Amino acid sequence: MTARQGVEVAPGPAGPGSAQDDPEVRRGQEDRLREAWKAPPGWRYWSAVNNTEVGLWYTLAAFGFMLFAGVLALLMRAQLAVPENGLLSAGLYNQMFTLHGSVMMFLFAVPIFEAGSILLLPQMLSARDLPFPRLSAYGFWSFVIGGVFVCGSIFFGVAPAGGWFMYPPLTTTVQKDQLGVDVWLLGLSFIEVASIAAAVELIVGVLKCRPPGMRINLIPLYAWYILVVAVMILFAFPPLIAGDLLLELERAFDWPFFDATRGGDPLLWQHLFWIFGHPEVYIVFLPAIGLMAMIVPTFAGRPIVGYSWIVLAAIGTGFLSFGLWVHHMFATGLPNISLGFFSAASEAVALPTGVQIFVFIATLLAGKARFSVPMLFATGSLGVFIFGGLTGVMVALAPFDWQAHDTYFVVGHLHYVLVGGMLFPVTAAAYYYFPFMTGKHLSEAWGKAAFWLMFAGFNLAFLPMHFTGLMGMPRRVYTYPSGLGLDGLNMASTVGAFVFAAGFLVVVGDIFRPKGRQPYARRNPWNAGSLEWLIEMPGEDWGVRSVPIILSRYPLWDQPGFLKNLDEGRFYLPDAEEGKRETLITSILDARPIQCLRVPGPTWLTFWAAVLTGGVFIFSTYHWWTASIVSGVGALATILAWLWTGTALVPEKPEKNVGLDTVLPLYGAGPASVGWWAMFITMTGDLTAFLSLVFGYFFYWTVRADFVPEGAGPAGLPWFALAFAATFAAWGLTFLARRRIGALGPRGFQGTLALAILLALAAGGALILAPLSEGLDPTVHVYPASVWVVVLWTGIHLAVGALMLAYCLARSLAGRLTPEHDIEVWNVALYWHFLLLSVAVACAVLALFPLVD
Amino acid sequence: MGRGSKRRRGGGATVLASALSLVACEGPQSALDPGGHGAAQLAGLFWVMLAAAGVLWVVVVAIAVVAVRLRPGEHRRRTATFLMLGGGVVVPTVLLAALLWHGLGLMRDLRQPADPAAVAVRVDGELWWWRITYLFPDGSTVESANEVRLPVGERVRLDLASQNVIHSFWLPSIGGKMDLIPGRTNELVLEPTKAGDYRGQCAEYCGPAHALMAFSTEVMPKESFARWLDAEAKPAAEGGGAGLDTFLAYGCGACHSIRGTSANGRIGPDLTHVASRATLGAGTLPNAPDNLRLWIGHTQDLKPDVRMPSFGMIPDADMTALVAYLEGLK
Repeated sequence: MTARQGVEVAPGPAGPGSAQDDPEVRRGQEDRLREAWKAPPGWRYWSAVNNTEVGLWYTLAAFGFMLFAGVLALLMRAQLAVPENGLLSAGLYNQMFTLHGSVMMFLFAVPIFEAGSILLLPQMLSARDLPFPRLSAYGFWSFVIGGVFVCGSIFFGVAPAGGWFMYPPLTTTVQKDQLGVDVWLLGLSFIEVASIAAAVELIVGVLKCRPPGMRINLIPLYAWYILVVAVMILFAFPPLIAGDLLLELERAFDWPFFDATRGGDPLLWQHLFWIFGHPEVYIVFLPAIGLMAMIVPTFAGRPIVGYSWIVLAAIGTGFLSFGLWVHHMFATGLPNISLGFFSAASEAVALPTGVQIFVFIATLLAGKARFSVPMLFATGSLGVFIFGGLTGVMVALAPFDWQAHDTYFVVGHLHYVLVGGMLFPVTAAAYYYFPFMTGKHLSEAWGKAAFWLMFAGFNLAFLPMHFTGLMGMPRRVYTYPSGLGLDGLNMASTVGAFVFAAGFLVVVGDIFRPKGRQPYARRNPWNAGSLEWLIEMPGEDWGVRSVPIILSRYPLWDQPGFLKNLDEGRFYLPDAEEGKRETLITSILDARPIQCLRVPGPTWLTFWAAVLTGGVFIFSTYHWWTASIVSGVGALATILAWLWTGTALVPEKPEKNVGLDTVLPLYGAGPASVGWWAMFITMTGDLTAFLSLVFGYFFYWTVRADFVPEGAGPAGLPWFALAFAATFAAWGLTFLARRRIGALGPRGFQGTLALAILLALAAGGALILAPLSEGLDPTVHVYPASVWVVVLWTGIHLAVGALMLAYCLARSLAGRLTPEHDIEVWNVALYWHFLLLSVAVACAVLALFPLVD
Repeated sequence: MGRGSKRRRGGGATVLASALSLVACEGPQSALDPGGHGAAQLAGLFWVMLAAAGVLWVVVVAIAVVAVRLRPGEHRRRTATFLMLGGGVVVPTVLLAALLWHGLGLMRDLRQPADPAAVAVRVDGELWWWRITYLFPDGSTVESANEVRLPVGERVRLDLASQNVIHSFWLPSIGGKMDLIPGRTNELVLEPTKAGDYRGQCAEYCGPAHALMAFSTEVMPKESFARWLDAEAKPAAEGGGAGLDTFLAYGCGACHSIRGTSANGRIGPDLTHVASRATLGAGTLPNAPDNLRLWIGHTQDLKPDVRMPSFGMIPDADMTALVAYLEGLK
C-alpha cells in the first residue's frame, strides 16, 4: 500500500517518442474511454450516475422549482397590488409565502450550487467524476421526490402555512392539525439529508480528487468556495435537523419542547432555526461569489488579484456567519449585552464581504475588461448586492432593527442580498457556462434584453419596499388597509415584479429555444485560463482525455502546449484498459497521486433507495406508521445491496500503471481511502446534530428554574453506567478487530465482531432502561422529553453501529473483508469513535448532571 | 464603453425612484413620521444611514466603473492591493465602529426605565386581537381591547405577554417593536411626545388573521388621559333593554364581558366601552353602526379563522336593538 503522502508527480507530459505519438493507439484509447463512460441508452438513461448527467438533471430540477416559487411570488404581488384585494384568500396566501421562501431556499438556492458543483467541479479538478457518483444520484432522486412532495401539497390546499421559519407554538397549537407543517418538517428534512450527502461528496471531491500538482494554493477559487460552503452545510444543517426532530416529536407525540406550560420554550426553536438560518444565507451567497471569481478573471484577461485574500475572506465569512444568528431575534427581549455583541458581530461580517467585492474591482482595474452578457450580470450583481449589504449594516444595528424587523424593509433588504448576491451571479454563470454544458452559446441580444428587464424590474419592485416597511407594513400580511400611504409603493412593487419576471422569462426562452442550426462554440470560447474550459465542444462523457499535471492557477494561459498534450493523452490515465471508470486520488495538501480509484457505473439501486427513503418521510407525514416502517426496511435493504455490490470492490490486481511510469494501488483503506474521509465528514455533521440536542438540554437548564426537577437522576444512574461500560467494551473490540485483523485470523475476527454486536445491543437496552427505571414520561414535562430524545438518538446510533458490525461480519464470512482488503472495518471503527463520544456525553449529561445541579 | 454609461443611467433611475418615494412618508403607522422619542431617534438614525449608504454606493460603483474603463498599466498592482485593503478593511472598520458606538449608545437610551409613577399597560396577544389592561400603581386594573391610550410626555412601561402563539407589538410612530412570547413577559418602554391618533399592528406572523391584528392608539394630554381612564374604569351604562337581552340570549356573554351586566366571558374582547373605540375586529373595520352590524353577521367572512362565529341568524329587529345597545356603550 502506498503511503498516504503518495508518489512524486511526474516531471511533465509524455514527450515525443512515447506510445502516445501513434494516432492508432490514441484512437483505441479513446474508444475504450468512451465505452467505459458512456451513459446507458434508452430508458436506462435514468439509471446513469455520472456527474455530467446527474449534474444536469439536478440543475434543471432546481431551476424548475425556482420557476414554481417565482410564480407564487407573482401571485402574491398581484394580491398586494391594491389594498384590501380579494384575489387570494388569507389561507392560500399564507401557504404561498411559506412555500415561496421554503422552495427558494431549500429547493433552489442551496441545491443549485450542489447541482452546479456536481456538474462543474470534476471538470475544474480534471477528475473524471466525483468519488461517490451513486451518492450524487441518490441525493438527486431524494431531492426531486422530496421537492415534488413539498411543492405539490399546495395543489391539494395542504401546503405548509407556518412561514419558512415554522415558529412554534403557532405550528404546534393553532396549526396542530394541519398536514402542511408535517409536509414541511419531513419533506424538507429529507432534502436536508440529501444536501448533507452532497456536501460530503463535494468536500471529499475538493480534498482528494484534484489533479496531480494542484497544490492547495493552486485550487480554483470556485472549489475553495465550495469547500468552505460544504463545511458550513455540515455544521449548519444538523441543528435544523435536530430542531425538526423536536418539533415533529411535539406534533406527533406531544413531547412538550416548545410548550411553555410544560416547561418548554419556543425560543429554543428560534435558536436552532437561526443557527442554521443565518449561515444558510452565506451558504447561498458564497458559491455565487465563487462563480464570480471564475468569471471576473476571464473577462479581465488576467489572474485574480489577491488570491490568498479572497480565500481568507471566504473562510472568515463562513466562520463569522455562525456567530450572527441572534440578529434575527433582536425583538425577542434579550438583554442589552447580547444585542450589543451580536450587533457588533453582524457588522463585522461586512469586512470579509467588502474584501471580496474589492478583490473583483481590483482585478478589473489590473486587467483589461471585456464586456459580454456574463459580465453584465456580474457587474449588475455587484451594484445590487452592495446596496443590500448597506441596508444589512442598518438592520444589524439592534435599535434600528426594532423598527425594521419583520417589515417590508427586511423583505427589500434580503432580496437585494439574495438576488444581487445569488440570482444575478447564477444567471451570469448560466450564460458563461452554457457552452460548457451544451457546446452552444446563449444569445448576446437576448441576454442583454433579459438583463435590463431584470435589473430595472428588480429595482422597481424591491427598492420601494424599504419605505413600505418603515411606513408600517409588516411582512407576511395577505392584505393591508388603504390610508396608510402604502398603496402607490405596493403598486410599484407589483409592476416591478412582473417586469423582473418578464426578464427572467427571456432567459428561460433563450435556454430552451431550439439551437439545432446554431454552430458549436469554439473550444474555450471566453479565452479563460481555468481548467474546466479544456472541455471539447461538445463535451465527451469522459470529461478529460488525460488527467493533467497542474503547475499554475490558470493552466490554459500559463502552461505551454497544455491542450495538445492533454488531447494526445500525454498525461495520466489516457486509457481505460480494463474498461472500468477510473479517476485519480491525490494527497490533500500537495496533490501527489495516491490511488487510482474505480468509481461505480449506472444502477437503479440509488433510484429505488431514494424512493423508499422518501416513502419513510412521506408516509410518516400521514402517520401511516406501518407503511413507513415497511418502506424503511425496504430502503435499508436497498442501501445494503448498494453497499454490498457497489462499494469496497476488490480489484483484480493490486495496482496498475496510470501512465507517465507511475504505478498506483487500486485499493486503499483507512485515511488513504475516500470512504474513510466521507465517514469522518458525515459523522462530524452527525455529531453536530447530537450536540444541538444536548444544547437544547442546557438551554432549558439556563432559562427554566424547574428544569432538572428535584430527585431526578439516581434511579437511572446504574443503567447509564452499564450502557457506557458496554459501549466502551464494544468500541474496544471494534478497535481491536480493526487493528489486529491479521493476527486474529478470520474466526477470531468474526468472534470479536459478534461479541461487539452483542455488547452494542446490550448498551442500547441499558440506555433505554435508564429513563424507564425512573418512570420518565416524555409528555408530562420538557425534562423527561429532553432525556428521552437524547436516549432515543444515541440508542438509534447504537443500533446502526451494531448493524455496521453485522455488515462487516457478513463481509468477512463472504470472504470479501480480509486483512488486505479491509475498508469496511476501518470505516466502521471510525463510526464507533464518534459513537463512543456520543454515548459518553449522553451518559455524563443525563446521569451526572442532575446530581451536580 | 457605451454599456458603462447605460449602467450609470440605471443607477440614476434608482436614485430618482427612491427620491420619489420619499415625498410622502407620513401616515398613522409610519416609523418615519414619529410621535414618540424612540421613533424620532430611530427615524433620524435612518436618514443619516440612508444618506451615508447612498454616498458609499455611488463611490463604490464609481470605482468599479473606473476600474472597468481604465487601461491596464504597470503600477496597477499596488493600487489594486491598496483598494482591496482600504475599501475592504480600513474604511468599513472606521465607519462601522462609529455606527456601533452611536447605535449601542442609542439602545441604552431607548431602554431607560419607565417613570415609576406612570400607569403601566399590560398587553396580551390573543387570537387575533389585543387584550389591553391598564395597571395602576395601587394594584387595581382596567381592561380594554384593541386600543392603547397613552399620556403624552411620560415614559410608559408595557408588559407584553401571550398565552397562545408569538405575536409582536409594533407601534411604529412611537417606538420599536417587541415580541409577545408564551412563557415570558417582555418589557417595552414607550415615550410618546406628540398627541394624536396612531395605528399599530402585530408584526410577527401569528396565523391566518395575522394581517388583521391591529390596534388604534390615542396619545392624549396627561389630564385628558387621567379623565378617560377614570371613565374607562366605570361599569357600562345602565338600562340595556332589548339590546342587552339579545346580547345575553345569543350567548355573547360566554365570550365577552360587559362590566355591570351578567356578561363576564374572558375569551373575546371586553365590550364595556366598545363604542368609544376607533375600530372593530382589531382594526378590521372602522367603528360605526353599519359596520358593527356587518361584523356580527359576517365575522368569518371579514376575518378568516377568527374565534367568533358569524351571527347571521339574528333577526333584523334583534340585530338593530343589539347594535344600538353596543354603540351606546361609550
